[in-house]
Amino acid sequence: METVVFAVLNGVIYGLLLFMLSSGLTLIFSMMGVLNFAHASFYMLGAYFAYTLMEGSNFWIALFIAPVLVGLAGMVVERYGLRKVHARGHVAELLFTFGLAYLIDEVVKIFWGRTAVNYKVPELLDFPLFTLYGAQYPAYRIFILLVAILMLVALWYLLRRTRAGLIIQAALTHPHMVGHLGHNVPMIFMMVFGAGCALAGLAGVIGGNYFITDPAMAVQMGPIVFVVVVVGGLGSLEGAFIAAMIIGLLQTSAVSINASLADIFGFLGLAGTSEVGGITIASMAPMLPFLLLVVVLMVRPTGLMGDREV
Amino acid sequence: MSNEALQLIDLKKSFGPAKIIQGVNLQVAKGERHAIIGPNGAGKSTLFNLISGRFLPTSGEIWLNGDKISGKKPFEINRMGLSRSFQVSNIFTNMTVRENVRCGVLYSMGYGYSFWRNIGNLREVSEKTAAILEDVGLIDKAHLPATLLPYADQRTLEIAITIAGGAEVILLDEPTAGMSHSETDRAVALIEKASQGKTLLIVEHDMGVVFNLADRISVLVYGEIIATGTPEEIRGDPKVREAYLGEEVEEGVPA
Amino acid sequence: MTDMTTTYVDLAPSRAEKFRQRVLPMILFALALAVIPLFGPSRSTLTLLNHMGINIVFALSFNMLLGRAGMLSFGHAVYLGLGGYFCVHVMNWIAADTGIWGAVPIFTMPAFGFGAGALAGAVIGWPSCRRAGTPFAMISLGVAELVAAAGFMFDSLFGGEMGISADRMGGPEFLGLSLGPLNEVYWYIAFWTFVGVVGTYAFTRTPLGKLSEATRDNPERVEFVGYNPQRVRYLVFIFAGAFAGMAGGMSAVQDEIFTPENLSLVPSGAILIAAYVGGIRYFTGPIMGAIVMTYMGSNLSDYTAGWLLYLGLMFVGVVMFVPDGIAGVVYGTWDVLRSGRLNEVAAGWAIRLLGLALMAVSTITLVEVAFRWSDGYGEVFEPFGLELAHGSPLTWVVIVLPFVIGALLLRRVARSESEVTS
Repeated sequence: METVVFAVLNGVIYGLLLFMLSSGLTLIFSMMGVLNFAHASFYMLGAYFAYTLMEGSNFWIALFIAPVLVGLAGMVVERYGLRKVHARGHVAELLFTFGLAYLIDEVVKIFWGRTAVNYKVPELLDFPLFTLYGAQYPAYRIFILLVAILMLVALWYLLRRTRAGLIIQAALTHPHMVGHLGHNVPMIFMMVFGAGCALAGLAGVIGGNYFITDPAMAVQMGPIVFVVVVVGGLGSLEGAFIAAMIIGLLQTSAVSINASLADIFGFLGLAGTSEVGGITIASMAPMLPFLLLVVVLMVRPTGLMGDREV
Repeated sequence: MSNEALQLIDLKKSFGPAKIIQGVNLQVAKGERHAIIGPNGAGKSTLFNLISGRFLPTSGEIWLNGDKISGKKPFEINRMGLSRSFQVSNIFTNMTVRENVRCGVLYSMGYGYSFWRNIGNLREVSEKTAAILEDVGLIDKAHLPATLLPYADQRTLEIAITIAGGAEVILLDEPTAGMSHSETDRAVALIEKASQGKTLLIVEHDMGVVFNLADRISVLVYGEIIATGTPEEIRGDPKVREAYLGEEVEEGVPA
Repeated sequence: MTDMTTTYVDLAPSRAEKFRQRVLPMILFALALAVIPLFGPSRSTLTLLNHMGINIVFALSFNMLLGRAGMLSFGHAVYLGLGGYFCVHVMNWIAADTGIWGAVPIFTMPAFGFGAGALAGAVIGWPSCRRAGTPFAMISLGVAELVAAAGFMFDSLFGGEMGISADRMGGPEFLGLSLGPLNEVYWYIAFWTFVGVVGTYAFTRTPLGKLSEATRDNPERVEFVGYNPQRVRYLVFIFAGAFAGMAGGMSAVQDEIFTPENLSLVPSGAILIAAYVGGIRYFTGPIMGAIVMTYMGSNLSDYTAGWLLYLGLMFVGVVMFVPDGIAGVVYGTWDVLRSGRLNEVAAGWAIRLLGLALMAVSTITLVEVAFRWSDGYGEVFEPFGLELAHGSPLTWVVIVLPFVIGALLLRRVARSESEVTS
């Protein structure tokens, strides 16, 4: 029971972090048709910016400033990079962001070194919040949960209740119409790209000290975020949410299962001493999102909630 | 039955709550040249998209030469002998004119997905391609990239690709849209020539073209066929006059 | 049919044209491959040349997807890796002399790689090719992660982190090559590079190859001329996998080892960069890209720690400003030279070149100074005896001034050119 509760709690937190990343990606993709390959790099930038800001000030300032900085960086990238490539189609845009991811990786290595930086959980939140089944649960995780839920509500409010949200929603389904209605589409694109990057940056700020802040964090997170977006159905926020939760729960619960394949498929004659039988579920956890991707594609090529053929 | 090249039975299509095609019944005999006319938004293009397999019908059936084709994929329908053109030129832009037509020829000559033959050595493919280019009058522009063609020539190329596979039933979606008078005349001559001995279904706004070319005409209004008949019958039909021809009679229809 | 032959006009290029455009370049390429050993290349040069050959075939196979069929794959190294792994196993079977394996010459490895790559493409392509465009790209990435992860998991097949090694000197000799010394390996690589180039070129001339281009341009129309675009993509994918596997077979003999690292996103990204920088719209583009990138990869890394950064900058630069890549520049220049318009454009080119050079100076200074600052050893960038410490104003002058001047020059050229064309 206790493993289940912890796995679910951690899974939801991880899932919400994934959604924070994939919601920005989905927004950008739906509006601009660009799959931002460098999205996870902005997540990494968020973590590193927060780390540096924390040295000069404190975590709470970093929590607000770092995502803004990341968002600004995203806007600059859109204005002076993506927009130039836009006319040459989506493959060129995707390749541009691919190159960008490469560059950000290298630049991060120059500024912050090749090894992990000591980006710590703020002292104020560095205590066990409650004890469950004799195990202590860190307060910071609940803080992540709260920030993520706050972001979720804010995003929902922005999209459903404000004028800007209406325009964005319209642009999601009918990108061309919005331009005809007299809105400054390049401006909207720049803002949305910036906002999406800022969300990724926020995920980096609160996720960087939960996991680890090193130059490999973008490469590790990137593919999983793409899986979330494709499994959910490209362009669908609801789909991305469901997929993020599924993958969050799947991965965290898999880590806590020490059973091997032999334990599960033993009735088929799979021996624990054999190579396949000796593989534990826990060791398969990193592969699960990608397995899920393949399975979903076999069954539903458009993803869970996707109906748009892109 | 065997005399019908194309048969639509109670065909319906809705997009969400919008009922675009509301129960169309239509028979087109083999060798017939049949035109579909109707005001903008009547569902003519949707009808073409249903017949050619681009959209799936909500209900109803489509039969081609005695075989049911509704529910099949576009390429399956094409292989069964139905070919269509598009309202907006839909060509292979980065290829030359000749390569465009050759793409239309290949499958029908049995070179499907073959990867063991040099395309340059397929003599009958080259001959057929050249013959079609000659027929439609694009032979002098055979080596131009398709994007560089003037508009009217792109429309012609569109038709050339459509007829290249030698389909028995040909659907042309506004083949003369946007053409000048002389260009239209040439296009009509080409269509007449190309549809010789074949079944033709054509959507067209130019009434001159329609009444010249068609053996029979169907009038589609709000997703329903309100009249089908010879050009004379259609011209005399009061329902048609009221619903559609009213304002266009003077300018378009030859007396 | 009978009356058709009377109106038949031969639109195909003449024999002489065909020879000049298709056969002659191949002959010249074969000659170049044959002539290289006459210069007596050193061991390290031979190794470099061999890797160039491998990457040429690999890049061409990648471009069957991206350039020809419009399918962007982020995981193409999977097929090189799986083909290569299979060959490493075969080489070990040959060494063990089990069954009929003892009779198989090592020289034939790329053929085995071809088969294994095709099989991998057929299996993996089945789910991946159900989507095109951006989803396909993402799926290729996910699949690559999956295969690489599996590579680290199944030790008996992939050898864990250490990988699996083999010995290229087993089995019967073929064409008198023991494949021991590097210059013999060179002949082996040269032979298969030639086969790969001819093979991938021949593919572009088949009905399927042409249809893959049509599917890239307009997948919808392809459906209405009787083809299933998914099927076209799937078949092309299998062939791309096969030629990548062939490159894997070449690599297995050259390097005698494969590790799960070979399956990962890193080599996949590298070949994407090589093909794109070379120019994906031209058949020869990926060849040029593979040559340049392999050379840079082996030489630049000796000079500077920042070579990956330079690589990234170059890639982004190409994507933004030179989408036709090296091949586009080469052919564009050649066209100008041949049509004798050199003096019209010479001034513009000179200014552009100067601008680019200035910006390069500033970028290189920035990167080098930054790397030395980042290392923290107190080392100072000293080009031509000029001391450029990260704190000195002189450094920032060298960084900012050329950049601004270069950018202004480039902008002026771009403006005056757009005025001419408009």
